[in-house]
Amino acid sequence: MELLFSLVTGVLSASGIYLLLRGRTFPVIVGLTLLSYAVNLFLFSMGGLHTNAAAVIGASEAPADPLPQALVLTAIVIGFAMTAFIVILAIRARAELGNDHVDGKQGDEGEQSK
Amino acid sequence: MSLLWIPLLTLAGTLVPVLTETLGRRRSTLATMALPLLALLIVLTHTSALFSGDVISMQVGWLPQLGLDLAFRLDGLTLLFALLILGIGCLILFYAGYYLSPQEKDSRFFSFMLLFMTAMIGIVMADNLLLLWLFWELTSLLSFLLIGFWSHRSDARRGARMALTVTSAGGLALLAGILLIGNIVGSFAMQDVLAAGDQLRGSSYYPLIVTLVLLGAFTKSAQFPFHFWLPHAMAAPTPVSAYLHSSTMVKAGIFLLARLHPALGDTSLWAISLTMVGLATLVYGAWFALLQRDLKGILAFSTVSHLGLVVLLLGLGSPLAIVAALFHILNHALFKAALFMSAGVIDHETGTRDIRRLGGLWTLMPLTGTLTLLAGAAMAGIPPFNGFLSKEMLLTEAVTTQLFGGLSVVIPLLVLIGASLSVAYSLRLIYGVFFAPRSPKDNALKESATGENEEETSIQAHDPPKGMYLPGMGLAVLCLLVGLFPMTLAAPLINSASLAVQGLHTPVFHFALWHGLNLPLMMSLIAIGLGVLLLWRHSRLSAVASLLTPKDATMIFERATIRIVKAALWVTLRLENGSLQRYQALLLLSAIGMTALGLSRLGLLTGDAGLQPVDGLAILGAIVMIFGAVSSALAHRWRLVSLLMLSVVGLMVSLTFVRFSAPDLAFTQLSVEVASMILLILALFFLPQRPPRWVSPRRLMRDIILATAFGLIIAALNYAVLTRETLSIANFFLEQSVPGGGGTNVVNVILVDFRGFDTLGEITVLTLAGLGTYKLLNRLRLFKPSGNLEGIRWSRHRYPLILEVVAQLILPLALLVSVYIFLRGHNEPGGGFIAGLITAVALLLQYMARGYEWTSNRLPISYPVVAVIGLLIAVTTGLGSWVFGYPFLTSSFGYFDIPLIGKTELATALLFDIGVYLAVVGATLMILVNLGSITTIHRPTLKASQQNAPAEGKK
Repeated sequence: MELLFSLVTGVLSASGIYLLLRGRTFPVIVGLTLLSYAVNLFLFSMGGLHTNAAAVIGASEAPADPLPQALVLTAIVIGFAMTAFIVILAIRARAELGNDHVDGKQGDEGEQSK
Repeated sequence: MSLLWIPLLTLAGTLVPVLTETLGRRRSTLATMALPLLALLIVLTHTSALFSGDVISMQVGWLPQLGLDLAFRLDGLTLLFALLILGIGCLILFYAGYYLSPQEKDSRFFSFMLLFMTAMIGIVMADNLLLLWLFWELTSLLSFLLIGFWSHRSDARRGARMALTVTSAGGLALLAGILLIGNIVGSFAMQDVLAAGDQLRGSSYYPLIVTLVLLGAFTKSAQFPFHFWLPHAMAAPTPVSAYLHSSTMVKAGIFLLARLHPALGDTSLWAISLTMVGLATLVYGAWFALLQRDLKGILAFSTVSHLGLVVLLLGLGSPLAIVAALFHILNHALFKAALFMSAGVIDHETGTRDIRRLGGLWTLMPLTGTLTLLAGAAMAGIPPFNGFLSKEMLLTEAVTTQLFGGLSVVIPLLVLIGASLSVAYSLRLIYGVFFAPRSPKDNALKESATGENEEETSIQAHDPPKGMYLPGMGLAVLCLLVGLFPMTLAAPLINSASLAVQGLHTPVFHFALWHGLNLPLMMSLIAIGLGVLLLWRHSRLSAVASLLTPKDATMIFERATIRIVKAALWVTLRLENGSLQRYQALLLLSAIGMTALGLSRLGLLTGDAGLQPVDGLAILGAIVMIFGAVSSALAHRWRLVSLLMLSVVGLMVSLTFVRFSAPDLAFTQLSVEVASMILLILALFFLPQRPPRWVSPRRLMRDIILATAFGLIIAALNYAVLTRETLSIANFFLEQSVPGGGGTNVVNVILVDFRGFDTLGEITVLTLAGLGTYKLLNRLRLFKPSGNLEGIRWSRHRYPLILEVVAQLILPLALLVSVYIFLRGHNEPGGGFIAGLITAVALLLQYMARGYEWTSNRLPISYPVVAVIGLLIAVTTGLGSWVFGYPFLTSSFGYFDIPLIGKTELATALLFDIGVYLAVVGATLMILVNLGSITTIHRPTLKASQQNAPAEGKK
């Protein structure tokens, strides 16, 4: 199970990074979201993987670690706020600059430039 | 304590010019001089004690952790320098009041001068090496400002930059040396360092320390081969040259050598380095002084030469040589400041400093001539002036030294050459400016082709106003008086300075003009004779000199600067080419590298905690997630597909949370997923639909490798952690949740109680992000596509009927659910965050089903206000605990019997959670509704779309 879980976080973050390295804003936003999934899963797993052990007193014998859960919960909400901000920033940038390249340059060479 | 007043007075003096600016130049100058004079008076009150060899010191702790104290001392050496700094400083301020043209920003100039004076006083009074270094750097900075005072001139800017570079590079070396000294001695306090001479000389770091300290001193005092900045610093206004480059800043290096003599001196390394550099500087400076055409250039190179002379004397190191060095410091300051002032007068009156264009000024400017004659004779070392006395002492020491063994005879020979050159350039200065007939056939005149100007200047030139020549005249007369009555005027001062430098080794000395007919006197006479000969043959000499153009250090400096800038530019362009993708790749690369390094230290990747078995559902879930993530990445050119795949992953993530016992997270993830999908689909509407071009295979390869490496690292890291037992603080929360927070849902209790302050921060960020987007969408000029890429228009059916009906039915139910989730949150999975998101999604559904106008007419709520009210409630709840005398955000709870409902638990944390709820609802809706409203209000009509479509297509 541990191997499977880390495989998933690995693939999620690899896909996220690949998208982050694209030149256009939209794939970057999608990549960022993917990466934040991976990071949330990663952080969450720091408390260990428990089955049927919700961190509610009286619900189970050995409850899971509640602290990573609390941290990830806020991380999800903050992540949403971040995504929203970046999306709107991308829209604004597109409106101001006339293109959706992350470097703000009109995109024909932009994506290939070194 | 009175010691502290000396630097404080000059420091306070920096404000005086600014405050008195309106009173007019003359009064402002006098007022500026008042505080330094007062400081000088304080110094003088200590004279009698200092003459008997006492040391007065005071200390205020500043940064004891660093060994840095605000410690000042006053001893004989300090007295000598303080008199020069404050005394000559005041004369130069007075002179500057006349020198600067009326339009000049004099208050700035005087403030800089006073600040520089403070820094110099700081150097000579510092009783702590680190403090000394601070003031040392301050003088470098201020000399930059003062040399570059006429910042409109490129030579001033270049000279200032060069001086700053050279002296502050030396300052860094000095700092390294000081830190080494402090490390060995264990203290930076001056008396500890001076007492630890044997310890320092015995250290294996001694050669390094000497090298570093000498680098600092030699760059500051313009010793060969670092002398080149000083002639370029002559672009400064003349009062600056007179002050910084004759009597103060360039002497700081020499001061340091004298100050550290007890700690570092008395070794052959010290003696030979100083002697060699001093000799080289003495001869080199004198030779180039003779070849200069610019008056200030002559003076600059002669300063270089005389500084070399003092360094040479310090290097010879015998007790009498050190006395001679100290004496020459005084003498040189007197005559050189006077000569700079006279050069300033000549420049001021004739408009030129070129010695070939000057001449015959004696009849026009007799007073200036007299002043220059007196000071120039002192510089040449002609009896009965003060310069003669110290030069005699130098010659005596040079003749008797055994430093180089059998080669020691080289020293007096080179000194003799230097002395002859010194006579020659001094006489040339006097003769060339005041007595030489100006021949119109002069080559220089032909070249410059300004014959008319020359005529005019000679007619107009006359002695300057009193204020301009009196300070110089005073100094020049002092040169003569010191020469005539050295035992009265100079001996006590020099004696006390020598006591400070060499303590008990101080010899009994006798300054006198006549020592009998001996070898040094013969050498003096030879030097004068040779000097006259050199002057007579000067034109021949120049011709010879022009044949061998030496490699100018300036050129080397400039080239090195250019090369360094180019190299820096090259490196910068490699790293920073304006492409965010490049930065990100580099960042990732370093992150991968560092994490890999950490992982490689791990013996075995799999820990010893054991693995859990895998079940079929988990495998299926993993496959779906991997498929979703990879296709989302591969399909990034087809944005809608990519987005759908992303939402698959998001939903699977929330199922993962369910699977691994995190119901709160699953709820949150699910509702956030809905909100962010709506957001991203809205965003798609505004972003270009055309898929981006394929990029080069090389680039793709790079990205794939980077991404794979990163994924591998994350997977390995995660696996390594998961298979190990970890120390957790979970038990504290699990045990304290009910007794401490009054709730059984530990996650929620942590959020609203234990870590309530974190949560407060988080909802603040959320609200700020919402407000930020609000601002970003303000007055947005949007590209509004009217159809898809194939030219098919958006559907004109605005709102699907079924959705309208369903949404209306769902709304009350959804709100009820969110209230339920909210209320049970403290004990069961749920809480403010989740309830807020559910409410937000339910309301969003209304906007989507009915449109912005319809919904906002029925729901006239300003969401920013909601979010801010939520924040305020959360903060107020936190503050409420103050009223009861508890720390911020302390919660309390109790069980109350409420009629009809029964026994209910009420906690203040619930109030806090209401704040969280409102903030989440407000912020989420603020973002989405605002973005949505833009699409609906400015929905492109058919006409507009026909105009827009081709434009969009071209892009």
